[in-house]
Amino acid sequence: MGQRTPLYDLHLALGAKMVDFGGWDMPLHYGSQVEEHHEVRRDCGVFDVSHMTVIDVTGPQAKAWLQHLLANDVERLHSPGRALYSTMLNERGGIVDDMIVYRLEDGYRLVVNASTRDQDLAWMQAQLGSFDVQMTERSELAMLAIQGPHARHRIAELVTQSRANLIQMLKPFEGHVDGDWFIARTGYTGEDGLEIALPADQAPGFFNDLVGAGISPIGLGARDTLRVEAGMNLYGQDIHQDVSPLASNMAWSIAWEPATRRFIGRDALEAEKTAGVQHKLVGLVLEERGVLRAHQVVRIADVGEGEITSGSFSPTLSKSIALARVPMATADRAEVEIRGKWYPVRVVKPTFVRHGKTLI
Amino acid sequence: MSNIPAELRFAESHEWARLEADGTVTVGISDHAQEALGDVVFVELAEVGKVFAAGDTAGVVESVKAASDIYSPVGGEVIAVNEDLAGSPEELNNDPYAAWIFKLKPSDKAELDKLLDAAAYKAAIGE
Repeated sequence: MGQRTPLYDLHLALGAKMVDFGGWDMPLHYGSQVEEHHEVRRDCGVFDVSHMTVIDVTGPQAKAWLQHLLANDVERLHSPGRALYSTMLNERGGIVDDMIVYRLEDGYRLVVNASTRDQDLAWMQAQLGSFDVQMTERSELAMLAIQGPHARHRIAELVTQSRANLIQMLKPFEGHVDGDWFIARTGYTGEDGLEIALPADQAPGFFNDLVGAGISPIGLGARDTLRVEAGMNLYGQDIHQDVSPLASNMAWSIAWEPATRRFIGRDALEAEKTAGVQHKLVGLVLEERGVLRAHQVVRIADVGEGEITSGSFSPTLSKSIALARVPMATADRAEVEIRGKWYPVRVVKPTFVRHGKTLI
Repeated sequence: MSNIPAELRFAESHEWARLEADGTVTVGISDHAQEALGDVVFVELAEVGKVFAAGDTAGVVESVKAASDIYSPVGGEVIAVNEDLAGSPEELNNDPYAAWIFKLKPSDKAELDKLLDAAAYKAAIGE
């Protein structure tokens, strides 16, 4: 038996098909993964993301330590409430994890992946050195993601006036505290929406309110197809310890300035740039019938080979799409091997759908 | 609990088989199989005229989640495939016992007796 979130019994009551995800028993879908996907793109849905790891970082040197630990620069978070996306790198420039960092009144909140909790905490502990910093895991919090074009509007009708006001004024990538809730305008679907961290004992009641108001519960299956369409990487699949952000379509999340900030992995990234980055992460679109899957081989004429890192059927596009790591010289055509046959694919920027609109 | 029609025979690999009045055998996947696969988005059909032995790979069903081989529950020659599934593969989820996949002219009808009956299939899937 895996770990259970505070919403486990509700998932079962809602007819969820449960699966193991990084040691957690999580809902894969509640009937139809494809329907759940469409629901988020056209209206909104609620995800249980309580399995994700929340770590608060406080202390006099919290900022200095995170500037050492992370490839993005928390100096960019000018005021409490601001958030940014970052990777945490090893000395080789490989990705230990990716996360969202929120600036709080008295420190920072890191939301990292569930499957990497142990390696993250061990890595972070090992990097503490003489920094005067406290790390506090907030495992008593549950987390719900409510995502979709109508998410903020729908939620505002179901919460207190002060929380509704906060939800109205939040800008993208902002998160604020209201009482014992932390409400952020972030997500993993390519749609507008919120992620709300709240005490575990309040989560079932709130989740019930949402479902009672007609907001569909959404499983991990749709969470995956939504993030692939949005071109967002999944740790352990598209990114891992042996690839750098430069080879992962994530160079934008590296803060190079100021040059004096020698974050962990910086030397390796600089060396990789000097030598010439060998690979890139691209999107693939299969025009014929079939489904692209992780680990299928990609062949690029006169250039070389690559590999699909995430592949799926795209419910929005009604065709198969994938993320693939390919040689830098790859242009706009390639082929993928599916069960011994080679199928032509289009190579595109790996953002297929954003805010309900098709971009390819 | 999945739907397991009493008049059908089942392979342990979750295909159903129905002996028709004209001696042909119609094949599909069980309700339990479609439930486990999740939303079906693509079906790779066999070619008409192909001859299979019992247990041969006879096509592929791809759901959003994964690709899964379909095995021929009995041996025989493929005499028809359900082309409608190319355009609406979700019929395998909606009505798995109406959405047949292929029809065979069996080489040995006695092979049908080796398949599971409804009660045995029910037991095999732990229901």
